[in-house]
Amino acid sequence: MHAIYEIISGPMVWLAFGLFILGSLYRLITMGRLAVKKDAVIFSYMSIFYALRSIGHWIVPFASVNMRKHPVMTVVAFVFHICLLAVPIFLFAHIILIYEAWEIGWVYMPNIAADVMTLAVIGACIFFLCRRLILPEVRYLTTYSDFLILAGVAAPFITGFWSFHQFPGHVVAGMLHIISGEIILVMIPFTRLSHMLFFPFTRGYAGSEFGAVRNAKDW
Amino acid sequence: MKATAEESPKKKEKIYDKGIEEGAAQLTQEKVHQVVKQMLAAEGGARLKAYIETCSHCGLCSEACHFYLSNDKNPIYSPAGKVKQTIGEVVKKRGNVSVDFIKDACEISFTECNLCRRCVMYCPFGIDVAYMMLFMRRICHKLGVVPQYIQDTAHSHSATMNQMWVKEDEWIDTLQWQEEEAQDEMPDLRIPIEKEGADVFYSVIGPEPKFRAQLIYQMAVIMHAAGVDWNMPATPGWDNSDMCMYTGDVEMMARLKKVHFETAMRLKNKRIVMGECGHAFRSVHDVGNRYLGWKMSPLPVVHAIEFYYELLRDRKIRIRNKLQQPVTFHDPCNIVRGRGLHEMARYVINETCKTFIEMHPNREHNFCCAAGGGVINCGPPFRNKRVTSNRVKADQLAEAKAKGAKIVIAPCHNCHGGLEDVIKHYELGMELKFLGDIIYEVMEK
Repeated sequence: MHAIYEIISGPMVWLAFGLFILGSLYRLITMGRLAVKKDAVIFSYMSIFYALRSIGHWIVPFASVNMRKHPVMTVVAFVFHICLLAVPIFLFAHIILIYEAWEIGWVYMPNIAADVMTLAVIGACIFFLCRRLILPEVRYLTTYSDFLILAGVAAPFITGFWSFHQFPGHVVAGMLHIISGEIILVMIPFTRLSHMLFFPFTRGYAGSEFGAVRNAKDW
Repeated sequence: MKATAEESPKKKEKIYDKGIEEGAAQLTQEKVHQVVKQMLAAEGGARLKAYIETCSHCGLCSEACHFYLSNDKNPIYSPAGKVKQTIGEVVKKRGNVSVDFIKDACEISFTECNLCRRCVMYCPFGIDVAYMMLFMRRICHKLGVVPQYIQDTAHSHSATMNQMWVKEDEWIDTLQWQEEEAQDEMPDLRIPIEKEGADVFYSVIGPEPKFRAQLIYQMAVIMHAAGVDWNMPATPGWDNSDMCMYTGDVEMMARLKKVHFETAMRLKNKRIVMGECGHAFRSVHDVGNRYLGWKMSPLPVVHAIEFYYELLRDRKIRIRNKLQQPVTFHDPCNIVRGRGLHEMARYVINETCKTFIEMHPNREHNFCCAAGGGVINCGPPFRNKRVTSNRVKADQLAEAKAKGAKIVIAPCHNCHGGLEDVIKHYELGMELKFLGDIIYEVMEK
């Protein structure tokens, strides 16, 4: 057991971060090169001002018409994304690990906040799962990979919560937490989670075309 | 977020189209694979890849689409649902799709999407479904599987450089005929032809000389009253329309735009003013110019709305009596989402009409007419589907009617075609007009 822990909390962490960072760079660079080769037109029309104007309207809750049409989805989606990013970065237990290794640390959130936010992520995943199963227009689009991605995102939060509260089997849960966290990092560049990388470009390009060429709003 | 669709998506009625069937009959599985793979390798770039891979299947685009809303929220009509059934599958299977698949994908991409880009404003990632549908159409074009009616129009463009098989002498004759007619009203009116150095090069779409010659008459009266230095060309290049843009024949689209721009430049005219057409404006302002290597059009291009706005703002034309009947306004996608002319249009309406009633949603969020994007040009086989797939438009018009609107203004030819069918089918009893019709009616002559 100890040997497994050593591997997953040592070399595999490096591997996961390596694949995440290099994989993301690889995706961005290859996509950029493909754009230069086949879609050079994108660069002529991309406008920083209109790209940011559009992105701004889509990262602020309820700033677009469609967000106002789906208030529940909007709240859940924003809470989900904020918690998803904030919890792993500002969790006391994570910062302690980094401090012990390199003696660097940063501001951390109270454990109670981390608990609430973790449950929010898990709740949001259940909400997304229900949406996929119940709403016909979402179910029609859903593939098996969408369920796998959802499970992949929920797993580190479920196991983390389990492990932190020392529920029965928490040792195994802790190890599963580390492994699932590593898996999700690697998944980001190579699955639909890559929308994390490409969102600024797809949204920014739509904003540029709508703003600079068509003199219209896109939200 | 209550959905009303059935548990499994409803199947569609089979529609026979000669162009699709006979085009497909020429194909073999190998040929399809070869052509589609070539297309993906040659033109499938970062946009297609990023759009397909970024789409998170959230379904939030659905309610943007009039096809989806009008067909009881059947998910096969949602924007992402249509991508799934067409180009999404092509990319997933790396081109290994069947002939039957191409037939279905052709029907979906040509007749169930107006390329109106409303869904771009509803997708959180800004995924351009119209771009993907056009990609699918281009694959169909390369395979020779295109609905017959729109392909005939594209053939007309190739053979005559206009949309309606209008011969050169017929064109000139039409202009002179309209000039003579208008001279009954204004004896010194002229429709100048081939005038070098004029301020305005006025271009129209093929259907104007063919079916709606009175629009040329009306514009001549407006130009004359406003004292505009204008002209129309006698040669091919007078037609600014472009169905090749919609069949995926981008090479032909580029030729059409080249002739159009070069005709205006040959005459050393200062700017192009276009009649009340949406798709032609998209082609000249946004799409065709790009294929010729122009970031924006090589000389200023002004849509009729903007031109009328200038004339009224500068008091070049004066209004005798405002139109008495209450009007409502349909914002055409290609000049509102495509050029942001909605406020100028409202200025023109308020200057010329006594009572203006907004329909909802409006401006960039208006629902499409379901005729644009070449859908109406796919002809009678798809007419019923087009009209029943725009029930939301009928509801929107009925709401404006309930508030008192008698006239619907639509400054776009395709919108006219689409709305005419909607008004008739849903028995709305509303009158349909161009802005030019109204200005002509109320102006001082």
